[in-house]
Amino acid sequence: MIVIENLAKHYGGGGAVGNAVEALAGIDLRVEAGEIFGIIGRSGAGKSTLVRCINLLERPSAGSVRVAGRELTALGDAELRAARRDIGMIFQHFNLLSSRTVFDNVALPLELAGVDEAEIEARVAPLLDLVGLAEQRARYPAQLSGGQKQRVGIARALANRPRVLLCDEATSALDPETTRSILSLLRDINRRLGLTVIVVTHEMQVIKDLCDRVAVLDRGRVVEQGSVFEVFTDPRHETTRALIRDVVGQELPAGLLERLAQPHLSTGGRLLRLVFTGAAADAPLISVLTRRFGLDLNILHGQIDEIQGRPFGSLLVLMEGVAERRDEAMAWLVEQSIRVEAVHVG
Amino acid sequence: MSAELLTLFWDSFVETLIMVGAAGGLATVLGIPLGLILTVTGPGHILPRPVFNRSLGLLVNALRSTPFIILMVAIIPLTRLLAGTSIGTGAAIVPLTLAAIPFVGRLVEASLREVDAGLIEAVEAMGATPLQIVRKVLIPEALPGIVNGLTIMLVSLIGYSAMAGAVGGGGLGDLGIRYGYQRFMPDVMAMVVVVLIVFVQIVQSLGDHLSRALDHR
Repeated sequence: MIVIENLAKHYGGGGAVGNAVEALAGIDLRVEAGEIFGIIGRSGAGKSTLVRCINLLERPSAGSVRVAGRELTALGDAELRAARRDIGMIFQHFNLLSSRTVFDNVALPLELAGVDEAEIEARVAPLLDLVGLAEQRARYPAQLSGGQKQRVGIARALANRPRVLLCDEATSALDPETTRSILSLLRDINRRLGLTVIVVTHEMQVIKDLCDRVAVLDRGRVVEQGSVFEVFTDPRHETTRALIRDVVGQELPAGLLERLAQPHLSTGGRLLRLVFTGAAADAPLISVLTRRFGLDLNILHGQIDEIQGRPFGSLLVLMEGVAERRDEAMAWLVEQSIRVEAVHVG
Repeated sequence: MSAELLTLFWDSFVETLIMVGAAGGLATVLGIPLGLILTVTGPGHILPRPVFNRSLGLLVNALRSTPFIILMVAIIPLTRLLAGTSIGTGAAIVPLTLAAIPFVGRLVEASLREVDAGLIEAVEAMGATPLQIVRKVLIPEALPGIVNGLTIMLVSLIGYSAMAGAVGGGGLGDLGIRYGYQRFMPDVMAMVVVVLIVFVQIVQSLGDHLSRALDHR
């Protein structure tokens, strides 16, 4: 549905490439029809610029942007305006017109497209039902809560029956509970309308709850991409790990870290993180290790979670015992398709 | 106060109304488009035209920095061309309008600039043309501010119209100077001031009221 190739964007510097600020470089992305694709990064990573390049609110300095088979960068003004009607967009600060009621805000894109009044009424009313705001139709945005404003934003973005929905930090101004309700609305819309959704966010939780696939952006480049499950359970890039740490709490308390840095590590204990996914999550792992290999295992931290409906767990253990037995145990763990990572303290 | 003086008072009030009303109306009609052009051709806006924008800005500043009393006599040839005469209430409307247009232009520009860039971006993302952005977003969103600006302009015009006596424009200000000051009639002067204060209060309250009614923020 969306194919981005070798996209770059730099600002300023005039003709001299030297002083230009490089916002994006060498971006290649392919988003399939009907999927929810996440773009995550720290602030300043270029994610908002990237999503604005998809509907050409920002014109890329180089590269190609194809949406539904159409090369957007090659379109003239009028063609581009027509193409934009196929791409809905919602924003962090909602960007609703304060001078218009809820109904008139949702009607705006239809007015702009020259749809007649009867048709507008026929199309806006079901959209307000869809986002649960039928009762609020005559209110002004100032009278709504943040979550309701974003619902108006979503209804407005859907008015032209787009094939793609761009969400630029759509939940970043909302509290956690409202965020969840907006995410479930987006998920619902994606399923019901078969809409392709691009979600830009700095919150890993949003990616985890909503997206099918994710690209991690760092300093204007895609440093990692894949299915959300893969990226969460096996992050490769340091930025990704840092972002995931916010959601999947793997930080140990400082006091514990201090104690671990002390004596018994030198006496042969090994600090390991065991990551198990799917069926392995159900196996009685610890008792097998204890009985079969005669090891002592001290569980320091553990958690189990579900990502895209698949269970995923991680355990931080201190393993003590005879060195050969420990190696055997680790080989056995790998056989059980459990990922074993040595953790270094300090 | 004699009946004769009262008639004089009433006539002067009507002259002020005519001057402020006509100049205010014309300045609104011409000043709003000026403000729009100043805004949209500005840097980073929807139709940036840097050279044109700067030239227009200079012209506006030049008009605004000319003291009204000087502007009034300086443009007498233009006044004669447009009003057919260079003296009287009708003639005074020309310089009043010319002074008010750039004033309205800047006030409207200031209101339009307050419209959140995010709103413009949102409608651009919907495929809006520049004209649609102006009609559907910029003007409706800035309307409360524009109404405030027009109120300020009307109040300023009431003040300027007091100088219209210099070209025989009449009005309350002129009455105050000729009778109150030159003929030593302090009661006339006081009356003029009181009427002007009440007039300005009414205009300001109406403007505030309308602006609030339009504001849904």
